[in-house]
Formats: sequence, structure tokens, C-alpha cells
Amino acid sequence: MSTTETQKIEELANKEYKFGFVTDIEADTIPKGLNENVIRQLSAKKQEPEWMTEWRLKAYRHWLTMEEPKWPNVKYPPVDYQDISYYSAPKRKPALKSLDEVDPELLDTYKKLGISLDEQKMLAGVAVDAVFDSVSVATTFKSKLNEMGIIFCSFSEAVREHPELVKKYLGSVVPYTDNYYATLNSAVFSDGSFVYIPKGVRCPMELSTYFRINAANTGQFERTLIIADDNAYVSYLEGCTAPMRDENQLHAAVVELVALENSQIKYSTVQNWYPGDKDGKGGIYNFVTKRGACRGTNSKISWTQVETGSAITWKYPSCILQGDNSIGEFYSVAVTNNMQQADTGTKMIHLGKNTRSTIVSKGISAGRSNNSYRGLVKIGKKAEGARNFSQCDSLLLGDKCGAHTFPYLEINNPTAQVEHEATTSKIGEDQIFYLNQRGISTEDAVSLIVNGYCKEVFKELPMEFAVEAQKLLSISLEGSVG
Amino acid sequence: MLLEIKNLHANVEGTEILKGINLKVNAGEVHAIMGPNGSGKSTLASVLAGKEEYEVTQGEVLYNGKNLLELSTEDRAREGVFLAFQYPVEIPGVSNTNLLKTAVNEIRKYRGEEELDSMDFLSLLKEKSKLVELDSKFLSRAVNEGFSGGEKKRNEIFQMAVLNPTLAILDETDSGLDIDALRIVANGVNKLKTKENATIVVTHYQRLLDYIIPDYVHVLYKGKIVKSGGKELAIELEEKGYDWVKSDKAEAVV
Repeated sequence: MSTTETQKIEELANKEYKFGFVTDIEADTIPKGLNENVIRQLSAKKQEPEWMTEWRLKAYRHWLTMEEPKWPNVKYPPVDYQDISYYSAPKRKPALKSLDEVDPELLDTYKKLGISLDEQKMLAGVAVDAVFDSVSVATTFKSKLNEMGIIFCSFSEAVREHPELVKKYLGSVVPYTDNYYATLNSAVFSDGSFVYIPKGVRCPMELSTYFRINAANTGQFERTLIIADDNAYVSYLEGCTAPMRDENQLHAAVVELVALENSQIKYSTVQNWYPGDKDGKGGIYNFVTKRGACRGTNSKISWTQVETGSAITWKYPSCILQGDNSIGEFYSVAVTNNMQQADTGTKMIHLGKNTRSTIVSKGISAGRSNNSYRGLVKIGKKAEGARNFSQCDSLLLGDKCGAHTFPYLEINNPTAQVEHEATTSKIGEDQIFYLNQRGISTEDAVSLIVNGYCKEVFKELPMEFAVEAQKLLSISLEGSVG
Repeated sequence: MLLEIKNLHANVEGTEILKGINLKVNAGEVHAIMGPNGSGKSTLASVLAGKEEYEVTQGEVLYNGKNLLELSTEDRAREGVFLAFQYPVEIPGVSNTNLLKTAVNEIRKYRGEEELDSMDFLSLLKEKSKLVELDSKFLSRAVNEGFSGGEKKRNEIFQMAVLNPTLAILDETDSGLDIDALRIVANGVNKLKTKENATIVVTHYQRLLDYIIPDYVHVLYKGKIVKSGGKELAIELEEKGYDWVKSDKAEAVV
């Protein structure tokens, strides 16, 4: 770190103190590289119990035996895992004095998304005023949730405060041996969210990382665990429509959901990591493992995702339908523009009787991007009466982009009903001309057509998120036609 | 003068389709453009609306004194030019209401008027949907998706009613319509007629002109207007067929 940078951070730290922020700023960072010692240090710094450290080490040792997957339909230069620093204390991004110092292009995007000035400042890393709304809002939320017995905290806090729950469920859906990136995450995960909804409780509000105090800078290896006990319900929102920049290129998160009897988890994501410039330089690699287990009878897990960011997206939010009559849903909009690459889809594993799953995937490719849907529907031997419906649509803007569909079906029970529909279409010049002729500009016409195409997915999003997602989509596709 | 077309030539993929069209349309008039298949009728409609594939090589079009050909398609629409499409396009997932709300407000913005709020807009839609006897369920359905041929054409006239154009161009609006639908569409067009606006009806058959009475009839043949006259010309054409015009071409009235 250069002296000026250090000075800047120190200045900032003092400034924050002056304004009354109590942020534990440690200057230390574990040097680059990965070995057992690094993991022990990391775990020690986070004051983790011995079992947590051991779990990380088991994962690390397993990771050493693994190879990076080569099957996704994406291309990128090799990642040097020894060139990454696996621990840096939560620090604030170097702050700017005012919005005047922020990239005008970024500000323009914020304006289009209708983000308030305070939020703009926070997102762009500008020092904010002493009174910052969402902090107080979050505190109010927390006390309300506590009353109901709902646990919603950072993952580190959960390891310290609720070890019995973490021990019981961590790795129970995504084992530490699962896949290259999930295993790496298990060894070095930084932080994330933990949610537990007790029996019979319906969480009265959408839980969002946005409202979790100290959620900023959870780092590149995020870990989330959500448990809905019997008859519980929760809707969880991840991400943010505002473009997120990060110095870390590789992001490998793990999300585990556990739904017990008659419970329901709704997980919505809007992912807008920096996709890189027009040539794809500097964008984020987003290699995520998301999986939910419908353990109880009549349980339900719904994944809804709007993926517009990242240089590379590799992500398959999945459902393991163990409980009889359990339901898995996957609604996805994945947009790629310029040089972006996405290989995304879902896995629906039917194990219990009369389990049902629905897959609606809408891919949109523009520029020179590549967009792949990859999905598995597996019906186990004992899954009597299982049903699946899949619909995979691709929309192409322009003639230099690609759309690919890789559906896999494995059916081991003759009573299963599996339907798969797929379409590929282009935004027609005749559609644009038609809308132009009604007085609508080409940009607005594309936005209308694309939003119409994604309607089935957007209606699954919580209202506010849906409105933002629509705007986000228009912005992501700006300049891609005409 | 609302519209003046002077010596208009246009190409499609290098082939000249319009070979010197001259036409004058005043406010309050209804003009019919007839002609055999391939004579350039739909091309003329598309060129006026601003379709990109058509390259204007010569000539001039004045609309309200402005050079129409210099305006983008959307600006022409905002200036009051409306094309009822021969083949209305389907837009899945986009409701009729959403399309029209966007269109109306874009046009109002262009004219420096305030955007309509939802209540005012919905009452406008209700009022205009009666004009073409369109069931209100069509308002929430996706634009033209799964509509029958007749419903699509009725929907075009409904959009025209909502957008209230100064110059409406109906491109073969009668094709694919049964006699009842034809009457409804024609009634809608007639009710929208005022002293301030004009309509150009492009058609192959005389049938529509029984319901929409034109002030002038022009016969287009091989990219030129070869005959112009009053409404009786349409009837004469119906009796004698287009062969009559083809052989008579030398007497072209310009």
C-alpha cells in the first residue's frame, strides 16, 4: 500500500471517528497466498472456535485435490489463487469528499435508477453525513425481529452467538467437498448473512443484506445460511441494483437454504457487479454455488434472479426436493452485453413423492456476449408422481451475440411428468419500427420489448425490486440496438 | 396544405419501387390510393412513416410545411403521422395499455404538454375503445398476441383513435376482414374524421370505399400515380379491372 493511500485511509478513519462512527478499523491484512497457516490466521483473527477452524482446514485440504471446472461455456485467463489476499480487516473504501469526485458515468446511472443522494454517496464511497438513515432503520428492524425470535445477523456473529445452529446446518446442503469454488469458499469464506426463522413464524418483512449493519465489504468469499423451521416463512433479498464495483476480481459465494416442514423460503437476487469495460477488462468473475434443500414435507423454495452484471457468471441456484409434496421454483433473467459471459441455470433434484418444480429462464444477449442456460432435472427412483415444467427462452439483440441451451434430464421413475419448452427469438426490426411509429424512441422500444419478455420473472420479484429491475434492464442494454 | 409529395422516388435493396409520386392532401380530405399488387402502395405508406429499408433517392415530402423525410420515424409519429399497419406486429408481454400510455406520453412530451395521469389515461382508453367496439379485456392483453386478423386491424384503429393523428395512413386495413369487422373499422375511421385531419386509405379493393367515402381516388401503377379522380373512379376500376389502367397508362394524370 502506498503512503498516500495509507494516509487517505487514516484520514478517513479519523474523520469517521469525528462523526461518531464506531467502526473497528484494523490496518492489517494477511499477505497474499493460501496455505494452512493463512487459514489458521484468518480464523484466529475472526475469533472463531476450534471446530470452525478445523472445518475450514478440512475444506482446504480437499480443495488441494480438486481441479478448476472446465465444462462451463465461458472463457477466461487462469486465476492465480496465490495472488489473492484472503483476509483484510473490514475497512471502508477510500472515501471521496463529495459526489463531484465520482465518475460522472456512474452518477448518471444512479440518477436513472432513482437512487437518493445519500445512497449515491454511500455506494460511490463518498463520506456520508453523521446521520445515516439506513443504520437507524436497520436497528429498528433488528429489535422487531428479535421479539419474534428471528435471528438475522452476520455469519461471523452467528458462529459466535449461535454455534449449535451453524454446526447443525453449515455444509448440510453444500458440503465442503461440493465443487472447486464452494470448497475454496468453505476454506476461506469471509462473512455473509445468517437467518433463522423459528417454528410457526412468518417473517413480517423482506430481509435484505442492505439493512444489515456492517454488511459492506463482506468480501469476495461470502457465505449465507438461511433456515426456515417448521411452518415458517421468509423472503430474502440479495444484492442491489446499483452497479457494484470491487477490487476483487474473483467472487466465489455459497448460499445454503434449508426449508423444514411446511415452510417456505423465497430468495430473490439482483446481481449487478461491474461487468468490465466495453472490451470486458476489469470485470468481476462471479462463481457462485446456491442450493436449497426442501427437507420437510410440503416445503417450498423459490429462487428468483436478475443477473445483469459481472464479466463472467457461473451460477446454478438449485433445489433438492427431499420432502414429499415439496416444491422448487427457479425464475431467472440473465442479461449479457458487450463481452459478458454467463453460464447459468438450475438443478431440480426430485427425491420425494409428488414433488413439483418449475423453471422459467429468460436469457437476453446483446453486443458480443454469450449467454448459456444449463439446467438439470433429475427424478429419483422413489419420486412417484414428480412433475417438472421448464421454459427456457433466449432473446438476441443484434447478430454478434450468442445464446445456448444445455438441458439435462435424468428420469428414473416412470410416473414422472417432465415438460421442456425452449424458444429463441430476436428483437425484430419490425417490432421496433412498429413502436417507433407510435412515437416511441428506439431505446424505449427495446426496453418495452425486453421488459415484456421478462414479465413472467419480474412478477415473482417483490414489488419494489421489480420496478428497479426493469430500470436496471433498460440501462444494461443501453446502446445495444440502433 | 397538410401533405405535399413531390416527385418521390424510392428504392428497396437497389430496386426502384416508387418512380416519381406527386400527391397533395389538404386537411379534411380522404384520399384513396388503389392499384394492383406490387404497384408500390405499401411502399409509399412505409416511406411516409419512415421505414429504414426504403431509400429515398429523389423528391421531397412536405408535411405541415416541414421536410418530413428529415424527421425520424418517432418524430413523424409525434408530429401526428399515423400508420395503420397491414400486418400489425405482435409484442409479447407488453400490454396494449402499456404501449399506448408510453406512446401518448412521449407524444405529449414532444409537444410540450404534461403527461397524462393514470386516471385520465384510463378514461381516454375506455372512451376510445367504444369507438371500435373493442372489449376492454383487449386493453390488458399483450399487443396483438394471439389476436385474430380482424382483432388486429380493429386494434390498429383503436390505437389511431387514442393517438388522434393529423395524418392517418391506412395500409390495406380491409384485408382479412369479414363484412362486420369491416363495417366496425370503417365506422371508427369515419367518426375520427375532422376538418383538421386527413386520411389516406391504401387499398386493393373498392369494397372498403363503400364505407369510407373518399374525396379523391388515385391509381398507382408501377410506382407512379397514373390516374386521379373522384370517388366514381373507384367504381369504374371495380367494373373494368386494373387492366384498363395498365393499357390506359399513357394518359397518366399527374
